[in-house]
Amino acid sequence: MSRNQELTEGIIRGDRENVIRLVREDLEAGRGPVPILNEGLSPGMEKLGDQFGRGEVFIPELMAASKAMNAAMEILRPLLEATGVEPLGKVVMGTVKGDMHDIGKNLVCMMLRGAGFDVIDLGVNTSAEQFIEALENSGARILGMSALLTTTMNRMGAIIETIRKASFGEEVGIMVGGAPLDEIFAANIGANGYAKEAPLAVERFKELHAALRP
Amino acid sequence: MANLLYEKWLDGEGVLVGDGAMGTMLQATGLEPGDAPERLNGENPDAVRSVHEAYLRAGSDVITTNTFGGNSLRLALHDAGDKVFEWNKAGAAAARQAADAQEREVIIAGSVGPTGSLLQPVGDLHFDEAKDDFAEQCAALAEGGVDVILIETMSDLEEVRAAIKGARAVCDLPVFCTMTFDTHGRTMMGTSPEEAVRAVAGFGVQAFGSNCGNGPNEMEEIAGKMFRAPSGFPLIIQANAGVPKMEGNQVVYEAGPERMADHARRCSDLGIRYIGGCCGTTPVHIQAMIEAMKGSGEQGSEES
Ligand code: B1M
Repeated sequence: MSRNQELTEGIIRGDRENVIRLVREDLEAGRGPVPILNEGLSPGMEKLGDQFGRGEVFIPELMAASKAMNAAMEILRPLLEATGVEPLGKVVMGTVKGDMHDIGKNLVCMMLRGAGFDVIDLGVNTSAEQFIEALENSGARILGMSALLTTTMNRMGAIIETIRKASFGEEVGIMVGGAPLDEIFAANIGANGYAKEAPLAVERFKELHAALRP
Repeated sequence: MANLLYEKWLDGEGVLVGDGAMGTMLQATGLEPGDAPERLNGENPDAVRSVHEAYLRAGSDVITTNTFGGNSLRLALHDAGDKVFEWNKAGAAAARQAADAQEREVIIAGSVGPTGSLLQPVGDLHFDEAKDDFAEQCAALAEGGVDVILIETMSDLEEVRAAIKGARAVCDLPVFCTMTFDTHGRTMMGTSPEEAVRAVAGFGVQAFGSNCGNGPNEMEEIAGKMFRAPSGFPLIIQANAGVPKMEGNQVVYEAGPERMADHARRCSDLGIRYIGGCCGTTPVHIQAMIEAMKGSGEQGSEES
């Protein structure tokens, strides 16, 4: 097995200890952080994401892989920044008011962190005011909202409206997700993006981030 | 106090008919969306009792207490972590009152839902903490007078094990359990119906089955799968009344009383011993289900 395959396999199996060891060894051998991430680790997350979408693996596998990915990113992040690779943006995340479901949102947060985003997680039951405050204080211009109930998803539109009224509201790229939503609903409430699954969500967040940069 | 209906059923007699949704019916009585439905047990027990009465009038043999989210981890999200004992006991008592006013015998199932947190190693919740939480809730339900503990809508076998251990630590009541197979035919943690049946057989439950997350079509498939694993205990099916769809601002469930009635008859023909509904199922559905099962000559309470 090649080095990259070992890294990829380590992520897929969620073998945190092994992934940490492999990353350290690679760095000591003089390999750069960018190829370790792009050729070794990320393909693992992508493959597992596909398997998750097909129902071949489930939450435990995706959580374990995300934890391994996050551990590797802890090591790589400072090095990536030092090589001038711009960190991906800050993201404010939360489950909307009245909704206590957070398993899916937490998965998205973990995978975003694994991908290099700086995530400010507001938890569950989050009001428009709390979202605005966090955006204001952190300077983040990307917001993710999750809802799992048909009652609470119907409040997302009003939350988006309130956020748009804030002084910086029009600058914010807003992603929505959660089992009962779909693309059409997201477009109707004025969100800038939607994803059915966490792995796809990471791609959408990257697109939003790219679109935001002047 | 021995429950004769339960004893006979356990000996193999008849099919128990359960109830349907509680939360949606309570919303009509002023429950704020997003608030803990268990609050009403303490603050408006009459509203809770009247939902039970509606199901009893429809003919349910088993009524389920309004305590699904009544563990301290979940109530803490509503700043009510200290209300576990009060709200669970009151919830059980509301069902007890409704049941005791009946001439026929009915069974009160004390509902115990998931903590909402993922257990180690996937999440952070320690097994013992979950077990203690469940024990606290089950003690209150027992004190309030439930006949069985019904551990519902579980996704994780470890959490099932914690809940059963918790229940066993504080009471001698029979324990029933259901899991939700809503993700590609498995629970969201990846457990298949066959695996679940084999595992819980080792945990020692009096009945096991599937609830929520699926409409009648998928549930009948799950039922078939559960029968493929040898269990020795009676099986439970509680389907949603189909998949929820938005019509304007209203949530509508696609399976009407007729579809659920047909489903109940099929389940009883398959040999399912406890048939009820879940989200979207109303007393009207339950009544239709009972009628349909009478037709196939299977319903328990009609035979005695
Ligand atoms: C920002 O960008 C993005 C992008 C993508 C995003 C995203 C954000 N957020 C999510 N995604 C996406 O990525 C994730 C990974 O691929 C995915 O996330 P999901 O969240 O979809 O998927 C997760 C990884 C796994 N899935 C889940 O975590 C949800 C599973 C089901 C079974 C579920 C669970 C586990 C729970 N529940 Co709840 N629960 C159900 C669910 C049925 C179902 N199959 O959806 C649902 C959502 N629940 C329901 C209900 C009714 C309720 N629940 C409740 C409570 C709970 C538990 C606490 C027991 C538990 C939550 C635990 C927790 N910490 O989150 C109650 C509500 C509490 C509240 N106020 O929020 C209660 C009201 C039950 C009650 N009577 O108390 C139903 C909603 C029905 C409706 N029409 O609205 C329900 C569909 C079950 C059903 N009937 O079939 C994608 O959607």
